[in-house]
Amino acid sequence: MSETLQTPPVSSGKPAQPGQPDQPDQPGRVYQIFREITTGNAIISVLAVLLALLVGAILIAFTNEDVQKASVYFFSRPGDTVVAAWNSVSGAYSALFQGSVYNFRKPDFASGIKPLTETLTFATPLIAAGLGVALGFRVGLFNIGGRGQMLIAAALGGWVAFALDLPAGIHLVVALVVGVAGGALWGGLVGLLKARTGAHEVITTIMLNYVAYYLVSYLLRDGFLKTPGSNNPQSPASKPTAVFPDLLGPTYNLHLGFILVIIATIFTWWLLSRSNLGFQFRAVGLNPHAARVAGISVDRMYVYAMLLSGGLVGLAGINQVLGTSTSGFDAGIDSGIGFDAITVALLGRSRPWGVFAAGILFGAFKAGGFSMQAAEGVPIDIVLIVQSLIVLFIAAPPLVRAIFRLPTPGQKTPGAKTPRKRTTTPTEVVAS
Amino acid sequence: MSTPTTVSPAGSTGPSASVADTGPDFEQIKSWKTPIALAIFTLLGFLLLVVFGRDGESTMRLSTTTDLIQLPDVVLPTRPTGVVVVALLLLITAGSGWLVRSKAKVPLWLVTVFAVLLLVGFLAWASADHTIPVPGLLFGSLSLAVPLIFGALGGVISERVGVVNVAIEGQLLAGAFTSAMVASITQQPLLGLVAAMVAGVLVSFVLAAFAIKYFVDQVIVGVVLNVLVSGVTGFLFSQLLAPNAATLNSPPRFENINIPLLSEIPIIGPVFFRQTLIVYIMYVAVACVYFGLFHTKWGLRLRAVGEHPQAADTVGINVARTRFWNVSLAGAIAGLGGAYFTLGSVGAFGKEMTAGAGFIALAAVIFGRWDPIRATLAALLFGFASNLQNVLSIIGSPVPSEFMLMLPYLVTIFAVAGLVGQSRGPAASGKPYIKS
Repeated sequence: MSETLQTPPVSSGKPAQPGQPDQPDQPGRVYQIFREITTGNAIISVLAVLLALLVGAILIAFTNEDVQKASVYFFSRPGDTVVAAWNSVSGAYSALFQGSVYNFRKPDFASGIKPLTETLTFATPLIAAGLGVALGFRVGLFNIGGRGQMLIAAALGGWVAFALDLPAGIHLVVALVVGVAGGALWGGLVGLLKARTGAHEVITTIMLNYVAYYLVSYLLRDGFLKTPGSNNPQSPASKPTAVFPDLLGPTYNLHLGFILVIIATIFTWWLLSRSNLGFQFRAVGLNPHAARVAGISVDRMYVYAMLLSGGLVGLAGINQVLGTSTSGFDAGIDSGIGFDAITVALLGRSRPWGVFAAGILFGAFKAGGFSMQAAEGVPIDIVLIVQSLIVLFIAAPPLVRAIFRLPTPGQKTPGAKTPRKRTTTPTEVVAS
Repeated sequence: MSTPTTVSPAGSTGPSASVADTGPDFEQIKSWKTPIALAIFTLLGFLLLVVFGRDGESTMRLSTTTDLIQLPDVVLPTRPTGVVVVALLLLITAGSGWLVRSKAKVPLWLVTVFAVLLLVGFLAWASADHTIPVPGLLFGSLSLAVPLIFGALGGVISERVGVVNVAIEGQLLAGAFTSAMVASITQQPLLGLVAAMVAGVLVSFVLAAFAIKYFVDQVIVGVVLNVLVSGVTGFLFSQLLAPNAATLNSPPRFENINIPLLSEIPIIGPVFFRQTLIVYIMYVAVACVYFGLFHTKWGLRLRAVGEHPQAADTVGINVARTRFWNVSLAGAIAGLGGAYFTLGSVGAFGKEMTAGAGFIALAAVIFGRWDPIRATLAALLFGFASNLQNVLSIIGSPVPSEFMLMLPYLVTIFAVAGLVGQSRGPAASGKPYIKS
């Protein structure tokens, strides 16, 4: 089946990709290397991060109180304003770095490296949920239902973790499987609805988010997730037999979930780029009509894709219950990861390893953001701004190239006319 | 499946999905979706109203104390009302089944009557031995629906011109933030409204610039813009608004304006004509968008660009410019909805105060099949469902409040799956137009 499918769906419809950086013939080798670096994706990503951090820095400097005080007498002593701005920005960003990678104020390596492990811990659910959303994107489905899928996974897996008495090891596996299955079913329901009735997945996932939230809230208040004898809408703590073991000993929070996420990334990569099912997924994502003509059951692919997507997001949910907050959970256990996952998937360009890297970057921002808020008083919202700007800039390479005056790929000689003419329309005024 | 060389578009899909796949040339295929959905709801109604029926009397108050014409309260005996309602529901279900059998379509009004009957039955059941203030219920519903309606109108315009607008949430939030700040500084709520529109337009500018000029996937830009606006407003709120709440975050609110005569019509008057200025602007906006889209040159061009940009380009319409300015207009309308949060209802800006309203508005757009009137009705439905929960929790409903809160979303899923079905947006929506 896969052989006969190889040709039609992928190649049909799409015109040849313009702008491949090929054969810049005359100039020398050094120039060629220079061109490859400056027109590649990597440089765009790095510059996008720099640009986003720059915008963040401007915001931090402008809202800093010392800067505002100094700017009152800016024209008599401009140096004060500059110094105050530099202090506020460098203080914030060094706190961000020390909270996410390495803390230089700690005496030894073992405690200095702790922030990095925190980053990985924060990254774990982001990667898992990001993989789920990315998988949906590849099939042409927009899964905004991460919140609901995480909540259901956390509720079911969490129930197994605190209510059942099973031997160590087995308990963990059962809780994990039940949680992932819960997320998969909650997501698969969306796929089933889309396949059977044509209901748009954006509506159904949003609606199921709310349904899951209120369902879990009810169960926590008055159902089987309730802690006996407590009025707080919070579940009992997970039993020790069901908790993810720490990877690096009790001083660090990093737990087994990170290994599971690496496995999930490998699995998703294999699924999408090596398996028969993944091929059909991508065919449907590129052009569902062509895929249908080629004999792929598009409806069935929607169901499978949403099952898998929900399962991966469910892994993020179960990771929260068994790894991060094991002392019981409430209805806010998803902590916005279901929505963050969309940005992670976008930044990772829906490629499994891209999502992995994006998840770690966002995990670093999250870990560093908290210490930045604590140490420098810069609201953690700045992290949201920087994150979203990074995605925006990466999504629009021409903008980044225009800002840094980089050559456009596909252009033969440096002096040649750019393919896109520069005219001053309102669009451009706003964009630049 | 084993012989992919044979082209079989309908063969690969399940039997129930075949309705959507066959073209209009095919013979009318009977769709049992509506009767099945109605039957399920009738069964649920039977279980709730008859099997678990409650005794007592349900009172519905139709007038407020300030009304000129006082209507008497309607008192319904709870259990008999339930039985009658279920009997009527059964009749309608049977009728729709008969219609489908004889290859006719189930008319929308029949479904509407069904929904209203079910609702009356449910209200009577939930309010046994209590009083439901009907005008209050509807008034609150409209209030909750106002930002959704503005957002949905913005979404409709934007998507009709070919740009998917996931950034409604961001536009609402930006509108709420700027209107609160500007109205606080100037003490002029009207200037706050203008500022909200400007903020919505700014968000739209970014959306349009990235989507139209840089051909970035529109859903990506929308999602990211939501995060960006949430970050910027949250950051500025913590840094500026929260420390200086008295000067920067205490906007004056719009007063309710009673429209003479109209506001004295029983039930309708207190609900629709004792509202704030923003709500009256909303009525005008809905009418204008509807009329503009379907009865003016502007609307025709807009829809042409959204359905078939190449054809529009061929006849001399500037696709990029049309998209750019209409997306900006959509942002202005959605921004107005944001102003309602601060100048109409709550009064001060709070972090993430839109709380997903933009996504609900997006759902209303799709639920309303990209039609301004239907999208408005969908938004009203969402508003009604949320307010129903508020009212029932005050009079003490027997259902756990979480399930009441869940209800609107469940009903939406049912409605989208059972009644709306395969909805088709504007053909070129979400696709960048690359002029060759």
